[in-house]
Amino acid sequence: MTFAHRHLLGIEHLAPSDITAILDLADTYADLNRQSDKHGTALAGLTQINMFFENSTRTQASFELAGMRLGADVMNMSMQTSSVKKGETLIDTAMTLNAMHPDLLVVRHPHSGAVDLLAQKVNCAVLNAGDGRHEHPTQALLDALTIRRAKGRLHRLNIAICGDIAHSRVARSNILLLGKMENRIRLIGPPTLMPAGIADFGVEVYQDMAAGLEGVDVVMMLRLQKERMDGGFIPSEREYYHRYGLDAEKLACAREDAIVMHPGPMNRGVEIDGTLADDINRSVIQDQVEMGVAVRMAAMDLLARNLRNRAAA
Amino acid sequence: MTILFTDARLIDPEAEAETRGWLLVEGGVIRDSGTGAPPALPKGATQVDCAGKCLAPGIVDIGVKVCEPGERHKESYRSAGLAAAAGGVTTIVTRPDTTPTIDTPETLEFVLRRANEAGPVNVRPMAALTKGREGREMTEIGFLMDAGAVAFTDCDHVVRDTKVLSRALTYARSCGALVIGHPQEPGLSDGAAVTSGKFASLRGLPAVSAMAERMGLDRDIALLEMTGAAYHADQITTARALPALERAKANGLDITAGVSIHHLTLNELDVADYRTFFKVKPPLRAEDDRQAVVEAVRTGLIDVICSMHTPQDEESKRRPFEEAASGAVALETLLPAALRLYHSGQLDLVTLFRALALNPAKRLGLTSGRLGAGAPADLVLFDPDTPFVMDRFKLMSKSRNTPFDGARMQGRVLATYVGGAPVYTKG
Repeated sequence: MTFAHRHLLGIEHLAPSDITAILDLADTYADLNRQSDKHGTALAGLTQINMFFENSTRTQASFELAGMRLGADVMNMSMQTSSVKKGETLIDTAMTLNAMHPDLLVVRHPHSGAVDLLAQKVNCAVLNAGDGRHEHPTQALLDALTIRRAKGRLHRLNIAICGDIAHSRVARSNILLLGKMENRIRLIGPPTLMPAGIADFGVEVYQDMAAGLEGVDVVMMLRLQKERMDGGFIPSEREYYHRYGLDAEKLACAREDAIVMHPGPMNRGVEIDGTLADDINRSVIQDQVEMGVAVRMAAMDLLARNLRNRAAA
Repeated sequence: MTILFTDARLIDPEAEAETRGWLLVEGGVIRDSGTGAPPALPKGATQVDCAGKCLAPGIVDIGVKVCEPGERHKESYRSAGLAAAAGGVTTIVTRPDTTPTIDTPETLEFVLRRANEAGPVNVRPMAALTKGREGREMTEIGFLMDAGAVAFTDCDHVVRDTKVLSRALTYARSCGALVIGHPQEPGLSDGAAVTSGKFASLRGLPAVSAMAERMGLDRDIALLEMTGAAYHADQITTARALPALERAKANGLDITAGVSIHHLTLNELDVADYRTFFKVKPPLRAEDDRQAVVEAVRTGLIDVICSMHTPQDEESKRRPFEEAASGAVALETLLPAALRLYHSGQLDLVTLFRALALNPAKRLGLTSGRLGAGAPADLVLFDPDTPFVMDRFKLMSKSRNTPFDGARMQGRVLATYVGGAPVYTKG
């Protein structure tokens, strides 16, 4: 198993074999996480710093838990309350942290490309925990693992990604990953929430939800990113729910065994019906959270192996 | 001082001719030129053997930002002048988007005093069209013209209020002033960092449709029909804006247009992994647009090529793409970059210098930009073929934010003359 990358900045730079390597390792960690002794030693002695320039509960918790289970020393820095407020630039913050010799840096930032920029300036391995509207690679990987475990494969599936594509880094990373693994991707949403030039991404675009869901194996819902909207993308939440919210009736267009996914946090009654989200026969939303920890353990483990190999060389 | 240039490849955009010959400079002006054997060397004159290299009118660059007053650490009149001389630019037409804005005769006089003390090249200042470039009240256009302003512009601040702009244009017309606009629909382009399309979506960057340029141009053209003012569009960078420009010219409106060297030689994909030195305003466009704009320069629909020289320090560029400052320095790379279009066979040298020297000078009512007898001896001697690799740390500018760092380029300035005096000689 080889994974020849120094950082995990996005799906864009990964080959299908890289993706498979992460998922295979994550599978073993998913098993470990279900045992009573959940401790591994892959990151023993290493320092992991989580830098979140944007609010996050579940991603940060997931990375923190993943690091602790593998024996890393984990530190969380909430950058919204720190020196950034005092005017320090991203580069200066990065250089300051770099001087403390972390081995793994997990970064979330509101601006696209900010994590790439930071990775150029530090010596450690950097994991992108979401940058602007650009990428969120570990989310796409955990979605892929969830699909692979539920469907038994990660190729030749019909997968619908629904909702606010324009503002979603989750959508971008998923489109890249699922495309690389040779699935058919459909994007469903109002045209105001579709990014420009999206048809060139090798996807099918639907504005009608029922038509788009016809015969799909996986329904991936996205959160309506109210905080990224500067007004006027949709007329109202109730009209949005009526046309694009996932309920049992719309889901009936998909295959009978289609699974329902959501990266969370959910806006119940806006993009997804609450009862449906909780339906254990259809919804794999809780599995996604579980796989998140496993995928992050795997990604950090692989990067740490490269760090140790480089240090030994 | 009398100089006789011999064995020169004379690039004369006014005569639309490229000839092998000689050129005589006397008392700061061009006396005569011709082909064939040069005249006898006048007494006390210096002879410059050009060895077949190109001698062309010095570049007249509309829209150079010198960061005085306000941000002298980014660019001073001294450093901008040296950079211009090294780039074959003999007249810089400076922008008023400084801190504070150049919007009163007093600040303009300060700028001119600084420029004359410090710089080796000609400086012609522009002034703001509205006070503080805020788009609310017009500046003292008459007084500013008396103080030396050659044109009026709010630079990249679009005057949003159409009524304000129509009054400013009407008033400018009565003064005979040239107004330079930035065609862009401000609502659509708010907050945009790149041009919308597949690349922007892949990178997840806030983007503006290329159509915003045409919408801005359409509005400004309608106002020209109303007011009859003289207008220059600072940068036309998209294919879709060109038919509107063509119609406006055909309808006899007093309109010209420019384009920056970056939009002629780079496209949106050059941004690659968020390279902020490629963040300019308006953003770089698709390759189809770039090709269309190059063709428009060839046909003369676009009149002027400019550097849109915008110095930024490292601090303002070493940021996430969205937060990073816009703009690139270009005084020294303008000519070698323009020569890319010559080497690719798209534009000949006469066409290039029509857009780099003759047209901008004509538009501003300057007598330079030509090789005819009586014109000021503002000249550039260059070798269009010398290859080199651009090293940004060798630039004369105080700021080194060039997108051409590390690029292979062809063509170097050998010497630059302003008013017959050498201001730069390649060491």
